[in-house]
Amino acid sequence: MSLLLEPSPTTIKEEKLYREMGLTDEEFAMVERILGRLPNYTETGIFSVMWSEHCSYKNSKPVLKKFPTDGKQVLQGPGEGAGIVDIGDGLAVAFKIESHNHPSAIEPYQGAATGVGGIIRDVFSMGARPIALLNSLRFGELTSPRVKYLFEHVVAGIAGYGNCVGIPTVGGEVQFDAAYEGNPLVNAMCVGLIRHEDIQRGVASGVGNTVMYVGAKTGRDGIHGATFASEELTEASEAKRPAVQVGDPFMEKLLLEACLEVVQSDALVGIQDMGAAGLTSSSAEMASKAGVGIEMNLDLVPQREAGMTPYEMMLSESQERMLLVVKKGREQEIIDLFAKYGLEAKAIGQVTDDKMLRLYFHGEVVAEIPVDALAKDAPVYHKPSAEPAYYREFQQIDYVPHVENYEETLLALLAQPTIASKEWVYDQYDYMVRTNTVVAPGSDAAVVRIRGTKKALAMTTDCNSRYVYLDPETGGKITVAEAARNVVCSGAKPLAITDCLNFGSPEKPEIFWQLEKAVDGMSAACRALSAPVISGNVSLYNETNGEAIYPTPIVGMVGLVEDLDHITTQAFKQAGDIIYVIGEAKPEFGGSELQKWLEGRIFGKAPSIDLEVEAERQEALLAAIQAGLVASAHDVAEGGLSVALAECVIAAAGLGAKVTVSGDIVAELFSETQSRFIVSIKKEHQAVFEQLIEAKPIGEVTADGTLRIENEHGEAIVNLSVEQMRSVWKGAIPCLLKSKA
Amino acid sequence: MKFAVIVFPGSNCDVDMYHAIKDELGEEVEYVWHTADTLDEFDAILLPGGFSYGDYLRSGAIARFSNVMKAIQKAAEEGKPILGVCNGFQILLEAALLPGAMRRNNSLKFICRPVTLRVENNETMFTSLYEPGEVITIPIAHGEGNYYCDEETLTKLIENRQIIFRYHDENPNGSLENIAGIMNENGNVLGMMPHPERAVDALLGSADGLKLFQSIVKYWRVKHVVTS
Repeated sequence: MSLLLEPSPTTIKEEKLYREMGLTDEEFAMVERILGRLPNYTETGIFSVMWSEHCSYKNSKPVLKKFPTDGKQVLQGPGEGAGIVDIGDGLAVAFKIESHNHPSAIEPYQGAATGVGGIIRDVFSMGARPIALLNSLRFGELTSPRVKYLFEHVVAGIAGYGNCVGIPTVGGEVQFDAAYEGNPLVNAMCVGLIRHEDIQRGVASGVGNTVMYVGAKTGRDGIHGATFASEELTEASEAKRPAVQVGDPFMEKLLLEACLEVVQSDALVGIQDMGAAGLTSSSAEMASKAGVGIEMNLDLVPQREAGMTPYEMMLSESQERMLLVVKKGREQEIIDLFAKYGLEAKAIGQVTDDKMLRLYFHGEVVAEIPVDALAKDAPVYHKPSAEPAYYREFQQIDYVPHVENYEETLLALLAQPTIASKEWVYDQYDYMVRTNTVVAPGSDAAVVRIRGTKKALAMTTDCNSRYVYLDPETGGKITVAEAARNVVCSGAKPLAITDCLNFGSPEKPEIFWQLEKAVDGMSAACRALSAPVISGNVSLYNETNGEAIYPTPIVGMVGLVEDLDHITTQAFKQAGDIIYVIGEAKPEFGGSELQKWLEGRIFGKAPSIDLEVEAERQEALLAAIQAGLVASAHDVAEGGLSVALAECVIAAAGLGAKVTVSGDIVAELFSETQSRFIVSIKKEHQAVFEQLIEAKPIGEVTADGTLRIENEHGEAIVNLSVEQMRSVWKGAIPCLLKSKA
Repeated sequence: MKFAVIVFPGSNCDVDMYHAIKDELGEEVEYVWHTADTLDEFDAILLPGGFSYGDYLRSGAIARFSNVMKAIQKAAEEGKPILGVCNGFQILLEAALLPGAMRRNNSLKFICRPVTLRVENNETMFTSLYEPGEVITIPIAHGEGNYYCDEETLTKLIENRQIIFRYHDENPNGSLENIAGIMNENGNVLGMMPHPERAVDALLGSADGLKLFQSIVKYWRVKHVVTS
């Protein structure tokens, strides 16, 4: 659209055109008050993206404030590209998770690919070298052709981008449930390594300093992407395909190497990714944080297409672009550095002292807005919250499953896509590039060593959204606790978390209640486990035609392995080792895999959790691992003890297990009671181990390649060959993908 | 002995190759940017994996026009050991330093996993420390590793014992004759899809790739002693 064709300020107001961009009548009136005049088309667009939930967190800010964000390990909390924690030796870890749900629902390959690209830039904009990627995915049931298409293309998009940039995708999780049928979730996490002295921040300080643009040229793709991400999906969303960006991982790789070189230069003042709301958010946020203004000449912005308007340039979400603030007079050094990588760095503006974002185009001022109004002073809403009727109803139900054939049930659970092997997925990810991946995808957490030290990092993403749906507060606690269990089982001490809060529309009081309660639960668990929140992202409006997804607060956790010798996996190691279970089973089946399989739906109460007990057990287990007593460790999660045992033998080569259970057999085998672990111990460590931790011996690792579970009378209630279980578990997802719907 | 690791825009296994040589092999190694004019100071040339030029057009198709390729050609003619892994192999094919071409994996998917290989010819400068027919575990990570050549070329490859590695337990990509790595007629240019530089430390799963690099060093030492 040329400037001449853009609606006039009066038309925008009278015809309420701002509504199409996502601004409410009240917000438009606020804009008018802030400017003391009517905004033009470009300014209206700028306000609408900056005040979208995606950029401003206007609906979630009051809730996010509840998260604990402090800790002596925290070097950078929320508010920057990524959070950073200290790991000693002058080193630190930067990490963050972010959603790319809506783009992936419309254009799965590019939506997922650019989600990966964006989170990588967030991490290297801090000056950190990205060393690992993880993801967390949710889809509808793997039976409809549409879901299969989304699943296959999302995975291909993640692989296509991450593999090309050369950052290993080391872990993640995928779950399938009808609640995500029309609104899949694609959350990507990046972990980076940085020396303390190299930490960068996205600030534009120093009046007179130069604003430089680097990376890909600006095109018309992704215009209003942030606004699109902040509304519900409908059948009309397909028409918003142009709001999905297109990724170029090769450009990202060049940009990554060039930016990591530029952070070593003292000519650099600040650096930020042009992510959601592109040039607008990067410039406004950098200026607002530094208490300055920025003016830019849009004629100088590198453009991919002819005739782009200021509106299009400011709202474009073209990928692989960064905004730099550089000391005045040092521009040529930056230009030369980027030229080595075949990239153009271009001076497009300067830092001013008047706290205004001022844009020039063809010699005229086309926008003039106070930067604080766009960034830190964006509106904040306290949405009404109401306990949903379903929750009250579910709290009254005590669900008792009936299981007749334990073997059949175990095999059926192993074939559930949420439990089944995800090899089909991670075989497509280069999880080894950079040759530091010690524990590959498939165990509790991935472990990546830090070259030149004895240390390693354990990392995981987790969320059982069924529990969160049944009981958001308890589910929120479990989400953080489970991530910590995975990290601890790998031999690491939890450092901190990043979170991606995927919820429905906050306009609905029941959804807002889910958000509040989940955050309460997560916060409590973060405190109990000393793992503060250092970064995160909120994705609301995950609804299709009015139906919300399960509340899905994904947690990405990173833990520190002090010594490579502490690295532990879930696989049983040697015949004769004693198998222990830590924690008692209670008959808790609400939201369990067993319930889902038997009843086709979930209901009732989520399993309970006592955070004090959780913390004690995690601490004791980690101490046992660090003392070199533990051969294998695995948490008991979806599917209960029987599935966890099956996973321990499937992961081992040629081994089996013989264990005895007594009491309520169904609960013992399939209950998803929290805070439980399976560990195996060499016989010689038995005495020391039992002194250190309260655990019950239930059997031993065998060499016969079968999983034999006996009742207290010595009768086999499960006697399955590991080969059969492995084949069912490995084959389930490929089989579902091949079968005709 | 001094190794060069060639870095093209988009190379991403350059770091792995560098550390394999420096940390595990214990030899001298330097990164060489794709614009370099000469490789005269180096005794062996390594072309690492990755996505040179984003794999745009076709894997390796753009990198073969890089300035450094003239120096690589010269090193090949001089008989220096040249190893291309994954994308490096693809570049050597595009540059016609090795015969044949790559197609997409028959699954049409990128595949990353450890695979087993059989050493088909251990009488080369790259494999002399392996036993004849030794089965080794080396990871693969590629989307286009489905090697193909015409019948005449294949006959020559077999007759001259230029097929150095074959996939053993399973063929992951559909390559002709289970080919995983081939050598030129002169015996100094090896291209292979599996990544020996990712298999040099048992902590990461396998150290079976180390002998390949040690073989190169052994060859160079013997030659160096004889000629000096």
